[in-house]
Amino acid sequence: MNKSAIKSQPSTQKGWGARRSTETTLSSRLMMRRIGRRLLGFAGGIWLLLTLGFLMMHLVPGDPVRAALGKGASEEMVRQQREALGLEDPLIVQYVRFISDAVRGEFGTSLFTGQKVTDAISEQFGASLQLALLSFVVVILIAIPLGVVSAALTKGGRRRHFELGFTTSTVVIATVPSFILAQVLVYVFAVQLQWLPIAGNDGWESLILPVISLSVAPAAILARIVRVEVLAVLGEDFIRTARAKRMPGMWIYLREALPNAMTATLTIAGLMLAGLIAGTVLVESVFSWPGMGTSMVTSIRQKDYPMVQGMIIVYGLGVMITNVVVDIVLSAIDPRTALRRQESGK
Amino acid sequence: MKSSKNTWSAVFTRPVGIVGLVLVFALVVIAVIGPFVWGEAATATNTGNINAPDSGEYLFGTDSLGRDIFARVMVATRLSLVLALVATLIGLVIGLVIGSARILFGPIGGRIADVIINVTNAFPSLLMILFFAAVFGVSTIGAVMALALSTAPTFARLTWTLTASVEKLEYVDAAKVSGVSRPKILMRHVLPNVAEALILNATLSAGTALLAFGGLSFLGIGIQPPEFDFGRLLNEGFSQFYVNPVAVLGPAAAVVLAGLGFNLLGEAIAHSVSQRGEGAAAPKRPAKRSAEVTRLLQAKRKDADVLVVEDLKVSFGARGASVTPVRGVDIRLGAGQRVGIVGESGSGKSLTALAIADLIEAPGRVDVARREFSGHELDQMPAAERDTLLGKSLSVVFQNPMTSFNPIRRIGPQLGDGIRRHMGASKEEAHRRAVRRLEEVGIKQAEERLQKYPFEFSGGMQQRAMIAMGTMGRPRLIIADEPTTALDVTTQSRVLRLLKDLSERENAALLLISHDIAVIGKITDRVLVMYAGKVIEDLPSEDLAAKSVHPYTRALLSALPDLDTDRDQPLTVIPGRAPAPAEIGKGCPFAPRCDFATDKCREQEPELLPAGPVHTAACWHPVSANQATLPPSRASLLPMIDNEEMIK
Repeated sequence: MNKSAIKSQPSTQKGWGARRSTETTLSSRLMMRRIGRRLLGFAGGIWLLLTLGFLMMHLVPGDPVRAALGKGASEEMVRQQREALGLEDPLIVQYVRFISDAVRGEFGTSLFTGQKVTDAISEQFGASLQLALLSFVVVILIAIPLGVVSAALTKGGRRRHFELGFTTSTVVIATVPSFILAQVLVYVFAVQLQWLPIAGNDGWESLILPVISLSVAPAAILARIVRVEVLAVLGEDFIRTARAKRMPGMWIYLREALPNAMTATLTIAGLMLAGLIAGTVLVESVFSWPGMGTSMVTSIRQKDYPMVQGMIIVYGLGVMITNVVVDIVLSAIDPRTALRRQESGK
Repeated sequence: MKSSKNTWSAVFTRPVGIVGLVLVFALVVIAVIGPFVWGEAATATNTGNINAPDSGEYLFGTDSLGRDIFARVMVATRLSLVLALVATLIGLVIGLVIGSARILFGPIGGRIADVIINVTNAFPSLLMILFFAAVFGVSTIGAVMALALSTAPTFARLTWTLTASVEKLEYVDAAKVSGVSRPKILMRHVLPNVAEALILNATLSAGTALLAFGGLSFLGIGIQPPEFDFGRLLNEGFSQFYVNPVAVLGPAAAVVLAGLGFNLLGEAIAHSVSQRGEGAAAPKRPAKRSAEVTRLLQAKRKDADVLVVEDLKVSFGARGASVTPVRGVDIRLGAGQRVGIVGESGSGKSLTALAIADLIEAPGRVDVARREFSGHELDQMPAAERDTLLGKSLSVVFQNPMTSFNPIRRIGPQLGDGIRRHMGASKEEAHRRAVRRLEEVGIKQAEERLQKYPFEFSGGMQQRAMIAMGTMGRPRLIIADEPTTALDVTTQSRVLRLLKDLSERENAALLLISHDIAVIGKITDRVLVMYAGKVIEDLPSEDLAAKSVHPYTRALLSALPDLDTDRDQPLTVIPGRAPAPAEIGKGCPFAPRCDFATDKCREQEPELLPAGPVHTAACWHPVSANQATLPPSRASLLPMIDNEEMIK
């Protein structure tokens, strides 16, 4: 313990940020390597996704073209269509062609409308994405405050009745499927009260009901998770440290507990966003929303395989991008995540 | 699995569980009798009465062919339930096989399964349902398969996680060695261990499957006419929704109630599984002392004391059924005074420390006749003022430095929080002070260190940083609760030395909690020995070896190893164990372990009485200051207050 050194060293640094630069280079290098590995994994995932999309048409029992065109179609028509789709070529040729087309954004043309699949999807994609993202934001905005508040209220086994009410009502709410809630909402707010449009995409008013239908159940589930996670973190030693420092309750909940509870919360929220992307299919049907979901259902019923292939791949891509984004956000919140992955990667 | 019987009975007695059971039971009954009772009405067309609204005759109205929708809902129950259960069952079996691939197919199969589980779990089930619906085509079997395959990943992951612990068990290895076939191992040894979790998950999955079928058929890619399930009815009702909303709302209610039944049941099972073994006790608020008593007590306040605590009690649990681990402790600390509290685990010493720092949380309860800090009556202060006072001048060093810092915040800001909050320090001031404090506790390159996260510090360094954090303000009292327990021996001495130096330099009082009487003796002026929630002896540290009179203190001292201790012999231990708070009855709590105990000891608990000028002890038969009970070699090691060599 060198006391003279202590006294004679007036600190000249300006603040917390003063030493950031060296830190940044180190952690950014770590970050780069991490991002590199993620990109590699991402590429692998895309390949897997495309392969599954390709396999889909070949997993169909019997002749997909015959299935699509129906029993009424002549042999000649079926043969022509098979040729047009390249189904007469060896499987490996078809596979290579499919992958190289897909990489260039080509998924063939619809069997029924003759429209290019890529064009059809890009027309509808925006409307679906808008719905999913907006719902996700609503879910986060509802679930996190609700979860934190209910954790604060039920901390240390207090308010058992509130806890029972909260957990039970979230189960009940989470049970109501989006498309059923959608119909109830339509009936009440569009048919009876006539406050909001029944269907279609015509300005922000028409977003309200679809977004509520999509977000209520996931918000209930996520609020539960946030509560449990925050409660777990509140039992940690460092919370006691913060209390020993007499930091105010708000600080303890928002600055100390919540960020630590975010790891699990965001992981699940990521899965939910992925679920919301797919969930739009059901809600779009109720509201005749001009998105991918509506045309996905039609395509499955019509056995319009190129369309289904293209859309499955786009949905899957959305899910994968979501997972990557969540991963990046997580490592920004919790520096240990990056380090752990780094070590396990070696 | 011992208490699984209780688990199940707990499910059946909770309201949530009962409602769930009733719903599922009703569902099963309707599924069984539905087609017999309502079969005819469900299919009988009545063209004279199409799309009728709800009425007494037709509860949910009629559809576009004039069929009774209520009857159709009742009949559809069977198909909906059967399909959901079949899909869940198929999913369960597939998931079970994939999830136990390591056991069934060996390591290579396991690795493949691991990849499959990870990839499939990342995709939302609805997307998988759509994929498989496209593959299998629009048919009942296609829908069932699609649903089964989309639930399989969840079961696979669950089985995978659960078997990871089971397959390491010795009897599984033994079974492998003795040539039992792999499927048999799975059936006999693995399944019974994972069954409970799988049942819980299957219950929830059945609910999910029911709802998912509803969605699929609603979209028109599930069940096809003339067959119908709930979803199909929703689909048919949707076309006349605006005319006759009850045609949708009726089947919708059926779907939701059915799904709810399974979900509530699963919820109740999960709850009772997680509650198992958890003795829940309702907490209560501490009672307020009357204002008059407070005034009386304040009148005899002594200003020189940093801390005055009188009759401190800490209890847990509801009144009547509560336990009281701290049963009335008095502590008085002068400025700069260093006092140690020593005792075995369970003696109440840590709770005493936490109570003094006002850190006991529900369900714990603190009752105290008087709690004064720096001349302020704490329980009479507005909360905000109290926080500022304590934030500035009371600091706590905890037992586990590794877990006592927030893992995802940099050390610097964590050190600065307190003075920025309570003393209005700016970011820069806080930073400068943190650098100085870190250097004082011997952490080099403090500037850089402040930018690090706790996990980048060693244990000893974290504890020193924790002490540095305790000196950021103007500490009048430092409470250190077992500050060296988690550290190695060399680091221990440094940390103790540091605490002593700090208390001297800042003229801050130190309250050191430890189970180790040697640690206490080294750096404190006075020692309080605690046993069973009370102070049983209070004396100057330097008198410990020579003048302590309580048999328990003597026993603690003679249990100390020293250089002359024969390492081949087991260490002397005090026979018996300290009583748990609930076991404390009448008489002296130490009596059962005491060589000197008499009937009086067993009948009446002794009070703290003077045993010397600055010495009190609670004992009916104090051991006379007899050096013979302690070998001279040991006596020479104590007191260690002057023995600086020990610390360096």
